[in-house]
Amino acid sequence: MKTTKLLMSTVIAATLFLASCKPKDAAIQAAIQAKEAAGITVAVTKGDVTLTGEVDDEATKAKAEEIAKAEKGVKSVINNLTVKPVAAPVVIADDSALIKNVADATKDFPTVKAEVKDGVIVLTGELKKASLITLMQHLSALKPKKIDNKLTIK
Amino acid sequence: MSLQDKYSALTDAATAAGITDLAVREQDGILYIDGTAADGATKDHLWEVYNQIDPNFTSGDLVLNVNVAIDAAVTHAKVVTESSNLNIRKGPGTDQPIVGKAAHGEIITLVNRSNDLWWLVRTNDGEEGYCYAQYLEAQA
Repeated sequence: MKTTKLLMSTVIAATLFLASCKPKDAAIQAAIQAKEAAGITVAVTKGDVTLTGEVDDEATKAKAEEIAKAEKGVKSVINNLTVKPVAAPVVIADDSALIKNVADATKDFPTVKAEVKDGVIVLTGELKKASLITLMQHLSALKPKKIDNKLTIK
Repeated sequence: MSLQDKYSALTDAATAAGITDLAVREQDGILYIDGTAADGATKDHLWEVYNQIDPNFTSGDLVLNVNVAIDAAVTHAKVVTESSNLNIRKGPGTDQPIVGKAAHGEIITLVNRSNDLWWLVRTNDGEEGYCYAQYLEAQA
């Protein structure tokens, strides 16, 4: 009898505990999720928060963790956020180097006139269609900002 | 239509062709596509695709810089001028004096490729100097 009572009360206590725990997790989850930036997924299990998703930089990742830690009832935060890889910046050659290299590249195309200003190569004159790809390939390797092709194609 | 959409057939072709270090970035209204192709035919194929999207390359909204990968062990190159001889110069630049010539189709020895645009070469006659790399095709 006594054992049954003890067992009963244990079950009730456990149920109450679980019942009280679950909505708490959900409430914490909702509260944190509302404060986090888009793209961050928040999961909460017994007060342990897990952050997943992809963010732009390390600062955003750290900030997301702070937000989660600051929430009442949070025991720990596992920060599984990943930072988006940064694409290598576009390299554009200096005008001085570009002017020299463009002169070298266009030397064998006497009907083509090339001018360089602020990284932009402006092509004027005329050229046979068959030679156009070769010229464009040569010029594109010189890291220009832009190739402004005003050539008359024969 | 965004530039990425306009040139999606090109970036798809680059991915399908296995271009390594492929980088596609848009900056100030110009799309920059960089990468390394396994061979010259792959590079030429991408240029054909580019020419189909933008006939005669008149839009000025793309810089396609795909180089051909060269094995470090390669020691010889073929002269791939249209038909003429290739000038061999004292230094890297067309302002440098001509010290020799390599015939169209001739296979010459590569001495140094540290300069991307001008390769240091040696002909079978022992002439040594710089050639414009675009007119040389590395021999596997």
